[in-house]
Amino acid sequence: MNWDRLFDIPSDLQHSWLGLVGLHLREALLPVLAGLLVSLPLAQLCVRFRWLYPPVLWVTTILYAIPSLAFFVLLIDYTGQTELTVMIPLTVYSLVVLVPAIVDGVRSVPQETLAAATAMGLGPVRRYVQVQLPIAVPAIIAGLRVATVSSISLVSIGSIIGNQGALGNLINDANIYNRPELAVNAVLSMALLALLTDGALVAVRLVLTPWMPRRVTRARTKTKTSAPATAKEV
Amino acid sequence: MNLFHFIDAFFSDNAHWHGYDGIPTRLAEHLGYTLEALGLAVLIGLPVGLVTGHYGRGGNALSLIATAWRALPTFGLLVLLTLLYGFGLVNVMVPLVVLAVPPILVTTYEAMRSVDPSPVDAARGMGMSEAGVLFQVELPAALPLVLSGIRSGAIQIVSTATIAAYVGLGGLGRFIIDGLYQRDYEKVVGGATLVAGMALTTLAVFWAAGRVAVSPGVRRSG
Repeated sequence: MNWDRLFDIPSDLQHSWLGLVGLHLREALLPVLAGLLVSLPLAQLCVRFRWLYPPVLWVTTILYAIPSLAFFVLLIDYTGQTELTVMIPLTVYSLVVLVPAIVDGVRSVPQETLAAATAMGLGPVRRYVQVQLPIAVPAIIAGLRVATVSSISLVSIGSIIGNQGALGNLINDANIYNRPELAVNAVLSMALLALLTDGALVAVRLVLTPWMPRRVTRARTKTKTSAPATAKEV
Repeated sequence: MNLFHFIDAFFSDNAHWHGYDGIPTRLAEHLGYTLEALGLAVLIGLPVGLVTGHYGRGGNALSLIATAWRALPTFGLLVLLTLLYGFGLVNVMVPLVVLAVPPILVTTYEAMRSVDPSPVDAARGMGMSEAGVLFQVELPAALPLVLSGIRSGAIQIVSTATIAAYVGLGGLGRFIIDGLYQRDYEKVVGGATLVAGMALTTLAVFWAAGRVAVSPGVRRSG
């Protein structure tokens, strides 16, 4: 291990360390954002039409069971060895975490609250946007935290399918050039990114839910669904 | 040349079904790693989760450890261990076990905590021993969630055993990684199909285990 060369990034990666960090954030966060944009209406449909929820859960759970490496290579045939090939599966995986989180969050809004909103003259749309969604924010953020951290870890697998793994490409290079310090760099950088984005999401929740006590003991959400309680790793 | 063409070509090629590189060998290897790692992870995670959940202590410490661990990329650890200590089964088993322990541990803890307290109190009131309360009241009620934790650990191991091929081990990942380097997409797609199939089989096994082991009174409606 040559610690002096910890940040000596091989030229075949065509990026500085910061460039790799930026690339990694883009490849990991865009899919979570896309997942959120898709799962908000999808979850609303599942709340509205109860029969829709079990089949949606089944389909997403089955997709979640497909290992990322297998998912990536199955996509190569269609999207080539590009960033998109890495980002599509990550979007699907984040859906699996986000849809149940949003559905449970929106459903947990008390009937009295909804009745009060209706009595105040709020229509279904305003009631959803101004009452249900804000109350569901803690559950949604909890889902986003799981999805984001696992997404950051999963991007690294993209290095196996032709240098699409951002910081994960360092792991590949560590192997090729027999430079373990590059793998150390990759592991620590990704762990740091994950912890920082996780912290940012907690801050977002604090800003969005000013009515909640600052020192919250972990919200005990009822885990009723067959959705994964833990992040997907590979 | 689409996906199904590759899948068909891979599975109908007789050569893929025999010998050292054959599907049965790789499948058996993959299953072997999975069962070995899952067994070890359950041996570590389940008792700790049951006991901490029963007494309701250490939950915050457990979730902290799980979050910190989640931030460490498994693929990086796998390669790092191999670079430092050379090729070997132990260096692959360590990340696999370490990967699967947190979901099993944390879910078991959460499952035990979410058991309705009134039957637990009733059992104590009737003079049941602590072990009796744990195994005859809490565990049966918590079983669906406990199984889902083990299921999530199992699926993560099935997936990760794939990248074990990257550090020179066998298993189904061999087809994917060798195929990628040889630009043999038939092999890549065939291997990916096998792994995806094995992950889905794992889901099915746990669904069946849930039907058999979980008491009908506890079974969830949704």
